[in-house]
Amino acid sequence: MSGFARRFLRNTGAVAGLMILAAILVVALAAPLLFPDSPWMMVADPLILPFQDGQYPFGTDMLGRDIGAGLAYGARVSLMIGAVSTAVAVLAGIAIGAAAGYHGGWVDDLLMRVTEFFQTIPQLAMAVVLVAILTPSIGSIVAAIAIVSWPPVARLVRGEFLTLREREFVQAAVVIGQHPGRIMLTQILPNAMSPIIITASLMVATAILTESALSFLGLGDRNMMSWGFMIGASRTMLREAPWMSLMPGVAILLTVLAINLIGEGLNDALNPQLRHRGED
Amino acid sequence: MSAGSPITGAAPAQAPKATPTLDHTPAQSVLPQRVPSMALARFILAKLVKGVLVVLCVVVVNFFLIRLAPGDPASIMAGESGSSDPNYVAQLRTQFGLDRPLPVQMATYVLGVVRFDWGFSYRMKLPVLQLILDRLPATLLLMGSAFVFSVLLGIFLGVIASRTRYTGRRRWLDSLIVGGALLLYATPLFWLSLLMIVLFSVELGWLPAFGMETVGAGLTGWSRVLDITTHLVLPTVSLGSFYMAMYVRLTRASMLEVMGMDFVRTARAKGVAAPAVIRRHVLRNALLPVVTFSGIQLGQLAGGAVLTETVFGWPGIGRLMFDALMQRDYQLLLGVFLLTSAMVVVFNMLTDVIYRVVDPRIAFEGGR
Repeated sequence: MSGFARRFLRNTGAVAGLMILAAILVVALAAPLLFPDSPWMMVADPLILPFQDGQYPFGTDMLGRDIGAGLAYGARVSLMIGAVSTAVAVLAGIAIGAAAGYHGGWVDDLLMRVTEFFQTIPQLAMAVVLVAILTPSIGSIVAAIAIVSWPPVARLVRGEFLTLREREFVQAAVVIGQHPGRIMLTQILPNAMSPIIITASLMVATAILTESALSFLGLGDRNMMSWGFMIGASRTMLREAPWMSLMPGVAILLTVLAINLIGEGLNDALNPQLRHRGED
Repeated sequence: MSAGSPITGAAPAQAPKATPTLDHTPAQSVLPQRVPSMALARFILAKLVKGVLVVLCVVVVNFFLIRLAPGDPASIMAGESGSSDPNYVAQLRTQFGLDRPLPVQMATYVLGVVRFDWGFSYRMKLPVLQLILDRLPATLLLMGSAFVFSVLLGIFLGVIASRTRYTGRRRWLDSLIVGGALLLYATPLFWLSLLMIVLFSVELGWLPAFGMETVGAGLTGWSRVLDITTHLVLPTVSLGSFYMAMYVRLTRASMLEVMGMDFVRTARAKGVAAPAVIRRHVLRNALLPVVTFSGIQLGQLAGGAVLTETVFGWPGIGRLMFDALMQRDYQLLLGVFLLTSAMVVVFNMLTDVIYRVVDPRIAFEGGR
């Protein structure tokens, strides 16, 4: 563990990513304290420029809503949806990949056909259709993102299980009569965790991008302020007030960049033998 | 650029060593074998069957999705025609077979789709398939141009980055390209589109920001081609830039890996000039993963087109999908989804075939 932490902390990009993400997390958690009013509330004159009014450093939108409040509450939605949908997708991917890799045979064939199917169909279009049909809400957005993002995890886990299944320590567990479920959970899965963690960290970034795209298209939860929605709503004011779409975009960019940097740091730290291949 | 440092900092300063576990031998050292045409035919047939199955699965998924959609189809149709008479609703129900058992309904639906009856858009007063086919050329043009843009520029920048990776003087170029790719990788493409509109259309006034051609200009011939081309620039960059970033990373990593292999060292040792080594030995082998990926990407472009076409008012199927969303026209929405999926399947099939023709080392059997 200390070796891992040392390798991770030596990576300046990963540390920078961690710091950015921590800052965004703090703002997200402290949003109700920083901005007691709802981000939907009209609090000031419309279209105050950023850095003009000390009370509204990020300016206001065309309805006089505080953009700063929108950014802070949007961080909650983005991080929450990114984390929850990835968690759901990873759990589903592990379950399906483990079943396919451990059992092999027709179970493997069937599950891999299903996985390939979900990997083939265009992800964003599928997410759009799912959210539109299930009506936009936090639940349907999380479900849609999870449904389009589990296949890579399933393939990864299946591959790991296929090779680990043949190793001596697993064979030993089979010989002493451990239950297959227990073997999968306590023998194989812990040894397959590194690539799963790396994939999951990058999936959070993709999930945040997908959520912002969905809410930009008007498929966000109507009760929750989100960055994508802010950009979508400011489109009509692009000429008059470009800062309105600039700020939430920077927020998305920073968050996704930070998570990608952390993911790459994890990759380097968890796979030290790969670092010498000149790969990124 | 500090954003590039995690990647550039992670790799050692000396040339990467070839790992003994590499799963492919260089194409140069293998005598090209003639691909038996029977095997190729069987391979294409298998891919074709698989592709058709995937599309049929999408049709079945669509069937269930349309039943999940809010509102009963019969009452929606009745509402569309301005009537809420329960008798009329019941009549529609029988007419469209909504009172029959589910498997029968599903079979009817699938057969209908196969016979090119993709439903009717009551909002647009036109059959769904006709609406989609009318918009398809615009999307194919945009996808094609975004694809070419992302592949060419991505490979070009990736090669430059890998070439300058270990040269002391120009190493900043590698860091710059890698850092730029990392940034682009994290940028929401609809936001990038808006920024480009603000910069190139609003501020500089260089490029048009909306539509596919100047409305009412009545241009013909080359001036029309030129007009469409200028309209195409921003949407192309917007749609292609994310994938360009991917190609940069993929090409660079693949080049660096191949550069460290024994056959490259051999070529250098026997005195082949550096540019020729790169062109003839390294690039050829390094491009194989790029070919694989480009097939996947070409399909995904169809999905990304929803965002780009919405922002730029490009009259393709992506914009049609957005309109369908706004008007809750689920038949149309699912029609676009089906066609997009079919496009992905076709592109994947083409890539698989091209890949096997380009790289004769890959066996036609099995190969998952």
